[in-house]
Amino acid sequence: MNTQARTGNRVVYLKMYRSLVGVGTLCGIIIVLVYQFTAPIIRENKDIALEHSIFKILPNAATKKSYYFSDTGNFMISESTGQTDVIYAAYDDRQQLVGFAIPAQGMGYQDTIELLYAYEPITQTIIGMVVLQSRETPGLGSRIEDDPAFFRNFEALDVSLNANQTELKNRLETVKPRKKAELWQIDSITGATISSNAVGNILQQSTSHWLPTIKQHYEDFEFGH
Amino acid sequence: MRTSNLATKVINIPVVKAESQSTNEFIKGLWQQNPIFVQVLGMCPTLAVTNSAVNAFVMGVATLFVLLMSNIMVSSLRTFIPRQVRIATYVLIIATFVTVVDYLIQAFSLEVHKALGAFISLIVVNCLILGRAEAFASRNTVNKSIQDALGMGLGFTLALLSLGIIREVLGQGSLFTIQVMPDNFEHWIILLLPGGGFFTLGLLLIVFNWIQQRQNRRIAGKDHE
Repeated sequence: MNTQARTGNRVVYLKMYRSLVGVGTLCGIIIVLVYQFTAPIIRENKDIALEHSIFKILPNAATKKSYYFSDTGNFMISESTGQTDVIYAAYDDRQQLVGFAIPAQGMGYQDTIELLYAYEPITQTIIGMVVLQSRETPGLGSRIEDDPAFFRNFEALDVSLNANQTELKNRLETVKPRKKAELWQIDSITGATISSNAVGNILQQSTSHWLPTIKQHYEDFEFGH
Repeated sequence: MRTSNLATKVINIPVVKAESQSTNEFIKGLWQQNPIFVQVLGMCPTLAVTNSAVNAFVMGVATLFVLLMSNIMVSSLRTFIPRQVRIATYVLIIATFVTVVDYLIQAFSLEVHKALGAFISLIVVNCLILGRAEAFASRNTVNKSIQDALGMGLGFTLALLSLGIIREVLGQGSLFTIQVMPDNFEHWIILLLPGGGFFTLGLLLIVFNWIQQRQNRRIAGKDHE
């Protein structure tokens, strides 16, 4: 009797495994096939959206070039579209460098936040920011994408370098809503503290990585270099 | 001759019955068991993304697609899936088609994908879809499950669309981004906010219930006669 019951249980377990593994495999195949089909279209859409965002945060720009930091210790023009770790130098009609659009990303409340900010080297400020992708809580964290008061933080955010040009003079700091007293501080959003802090941290990490390097290799970005 | 007539009648009766049954499966989701106006399911996207007709339409179509595909798969595999793991398997199937629809919307338009934000992923937890898989698709044929999914999905889409149209026309003075109200029209901004979603839904529920009660009274009156 016991043997019979054990055999019966084994059959049930086997059916359960068969069902979960079978359906899981089928679902995996469906996802992979759809991904293969849509990936190039999505990449093209993202490139168009990125270009649109660059000219939105750098309104004086007429053209842009993408650069990557090569192993030889210089910024080189990036030809391939899929390259990561790229920054964009923007030029006006007279082919003068007007600023940089720098992509950055980091962990938000729920998932990775991808953003793009505009850096103006003459004033050493961030003059614009746009969120490219986020999955923050709708109605709360998602306000980092469209809250006008939050975006005013990024109209002239001070990111000047120290005397040695090796790091930021003042660390970017996210403060409580309407408590901004210094040019390097960011007012957070009520009800979206974690997401606005995440934006502050992403900018802090990205600026401390890129800005000293850009400063040291500024001549690499001269038009036609 | 008489025998053949009888035979035709005998054969015809089940066909007519089956046809009317499948029509009922389709119609019930549109009206008698409308997911939003009668069952009050899926309130999260209903209130959040219906601030414009385009968002409402895309969310409705995305839900319809997931509902249709998951119903087909659950119904096809209903004898293969043991009862003990049915909910886990249904969630896996639904999550797969939500991922698929997420990729498709990104390929179709990144702007719409950004506007709908996390609500596309949240289709996974829309109780309408899991509810139909458990209550209908797992107990009925593929054909009937398709009818059910189409009816419920279209009912859901039409309800979202009616909310989206009212909110966009009065809140923004436009319909599908085309201006339909005069320039001097004062926009009812409240309708674009979450509170406006509640007001509009409440009003539509009153109208829907009023029409249904009138219909019921008329049918009851006819029965008395």
